[in-house]
Amino acid sequence: MLDVQNIRKTFNPGTVNEKAALRGVSLTLNDGDFVTVIGGNGAGKSTLLNAVAGVWPVDSGTISIGGVDVTRLPEHKRAKYIGRVFQDPMMGTAATMQIEENMALAARRGQARTLRPGITRDERDHYREMLKILDLGLEDRLTSKVGLLSGGQRQALTLLMAALRKPDLLLLDEHTAALDPKTAAKVLDATERIVQKDHLTTLMITHNMKDAIVHGNRLIMMYEGRIALDISGEDKKKLTVEDLLARFGQATGSDEADDKLLLG
Amino acid sequence: MTGFLSALPGAASQGLIWGVMAIGVYITYKILDIADLTVDGSFCTGGAVFVMLFSSGVNVWLAMLAALLAGMLAGLVTGLLHTVCGIPAILAGILTQLGLYSVNMAIMDMKASVALPITQADTLDKLLVSLRFVQGPKAGYPAWRHPIVVVGLFTAVLIAILYWYFGTELGASLRATGSNPNMARAQGIDTDLAKVLGLILSNGMVALSGALLCQYNGANDINVGRGAIVIGLAAVIIGEVLFSKVFINFALKLLAVSIGAIIYYVVITAVLKLGNLNANYLKLLTALVVAVFLTIPYWKGKYFSKPVNPAKKEEGSHA
Ligand SMILES: Nc1ncnc2c1ncn2[C@@H]1O[C@H](COP(=O)(O)OP(=O)(O)OP(=O)(O)O)[C@@H](O)[C@H]1O
Ligand SMILES: [Mg+2]
Repeated sequence: MLDVQNIRKTFNPGTVNEKAALRGVSLTLNDGDFVTVIGGNGAGKSTLLNAVAGVWPVDSGTISIGGVDVTRLPEHKRAKYIGRVFQDPMMGTAATMQIEENMALAARRGQARTLRPGITRDERDHYREMLKILDLGLEDRLTSKVGLLSGGQRQALTLLMAALRKPDLLLLDEHTAALDPKTAAKVLDATERIVQKDHLTTLMITHNMKDAIVHGNRLIMMYEGRIALDISGEDKKKLTVEDLLARFGQATGSDEADDKLLLG
Repeated sequence: MTGFLSALPGAASQGLIWGVMAIGVYITYKILDIADLTVDGSFCTGGAVFVMLFSSGVNVWLAMLAALLAGMLAGLVTGLLHTVCGIPAILAGILTQLGLYSVNMAIMDMKASVALPITQADTLDKLLVSLRFVQGPKAGYPAWRHPIVVVGLFTAVLIAILYWYFGTELGASLRATGSNPNMARAQGIDTDLAKVLGLILSNGMVALSGALLCQYNGANDINVGRGAIVIGLAAVIIGEVLFSKVFINFALKLLAVSIGAIIYYVVITAVLKLGNLNANYLKLLTALVVAVFLTIPYWKGKYFSKPVNPAKKEEGSHA
C-alpha cells in the first residue's frame, strides 16, 4: 500500500543548522498493516510521516501509495490518499468552524470543491451517528464551534475525520501525547476500533513502548534518521519492553535507548 | 446641530457605500486572515473604470460589471504575487496598490480627477445613486431613489450572494484556509487557490464600492481610495465590537460590517460638523479610532484576562 524507497531529507542545508533528518529510509507497508513507530526525540519519526504526507518535498528517493507515485504531488493532492492526526490537538481541526462543518470538509477530502452545498441534511444525520461511536457526547453538539472542545475531544474528532473517507493510509503522529492518561487511553481505544473496522493501513508514532507493542502487527524503531529495527509477525507478538531495549542496543551499538525512549 | 442633522442622510448613504467595501475587507481580514492593502488601489480602479465607461455612453450596469471585473483582476494580481511568487501578503498588496496608481491614472486618461456628465438631467437619471437623490421628493427625486434605499438593497443582495457562496464547498474551503491552513491542506484543500479566490472576491466588492461612490460624488478622484483599508477595518471592528454577541449568523455578521461603516461615517460627520473641524483631519481621526478599537481587545486579554477557552476567534456560522 505504501512504498517508500530510500528517501532523504536534510533541513537547512549549508547552514550551521544543517540537519540530516532522514538518511535513506525505505519502508514497504502491505494492505492492512498497522505499524507502530518508536524512537528517541529527533530520530526522524515525524519527518518520515511529513515526507509521506508531502508537507515539503524530499531531497531524493520515491514515495508511492497504492501504486501511485506521489513523490512530486503537493500536500493537498496527496490528501486524497491520506488521513492524518497530528500531535497538536489544535492542528487537525478548524477551531472557528462547527463540528459538522469540519466533518463535511473531511468528507470531501480528495474531491474537487464545487458550488454544491458545503453540507447536506443527510450528512448531518450520518455524522451524528458516527460521533456516537466516540462516546464523548459530541453527537448533541454538531453545531458547536470546534474551538470550544477539549484537546481530547478535538483529537478524537480529528481521528474520526481522518477515517471519514476511507484513506489508503492513516498517519498518526503521537496523537495521544498531549492528552491526560485517561483521555489518551480512550482515544487510543477509538483508534484501534476504527483501524480494525476498515482494515486501515496505518503508521502510528508513539513514545509509549507498551502501546507500540500492544497495538499493530509490526513495529519499527527509528534512530538518527534511519530505521534501526523492524519487527513483525510472531516476533512482534512475543515482544516485551526488555526485549525491545536489548535489540535496540544491538542494532545501534548504543545504550542510550533506556534514557531516550523510556522518557516518553 | 441642525448642520449635523441635515448631513445625517448623506452620511448614512456614504457609510452604506463604504460598507460594500468593508464587506470586501471582511472577507480577507476576518475570513482569510490576510491584511490586504490592494484595497486602497482597487477602490479607485472601480471608480475609474466606471467613470470612463459611463461617460462614453456605456450602460450603467455594464459599467458596474466592468468595475467589478477590474477589481477582481487587481485581487488576482495580489493573489498571484503572494502564492506563486511567495511574497508576503502585506507586501504583495502594497506592490499592487502602488502599481495601480499608474494604472488608475492611465484609465482616467492621465487626469487626476474625472467628472461624470451629470449636468444633463437624462444622464443623472441613469445613475444608480447620486448625492442629489439624497434631497428626495422635495427636490423632485422619487423617494425610492434615495441612496439609502438603493445601496441598502444592493447590500442586501450582495450579502445574500455571499451567504450562499460561503455555504458551498468552495466557500467552506476558503473559511477552512483562513481558520487553519494545515488542517485545510490535510483535507485536500488547495490553500493557495483559496487565498487567490478570496482576494479576487474581496477586491471585486471593493471596486464595486468605488464605482458606487464615484456615482454618488459625480466624479472619480485618483486619491479617493487612500486609506480605504483603514476605513474598512474600522467598519469591521466597530461592527464586531457592537454586534458580535447578538449577530452569530454569518449573514448578520456581514450586516454588522455594513452597519459598522454607517456608524463610522455618522460619527466622523458628527465630529466634523459639531466640532467644526477641518475635513483634512479626517484621516488622523480614522487612524486614531481604528488604533483604539484594535487596542481594546488586546489589552482586555492582556491585563484583564479571565480564563478563556483556546478558541481564538469566533467565525460566522452557516447553520
Ligand atoms: N521543519 C524543520 N525544519 C528544520 N529542522 C527540522 C524540521 N523538522 C524536523 N527537524 C529536525 O529534524 C530532526 C528530526 O525531527 P523529527 O521531528 O522527525 O523527530 P521525532 O522523531 O519526531 O522526534 P520527537 O519524538 O521529539 O517528536 C530534529 O533534529 C528536528 O529538529
Ligand atoms: Mg515528532
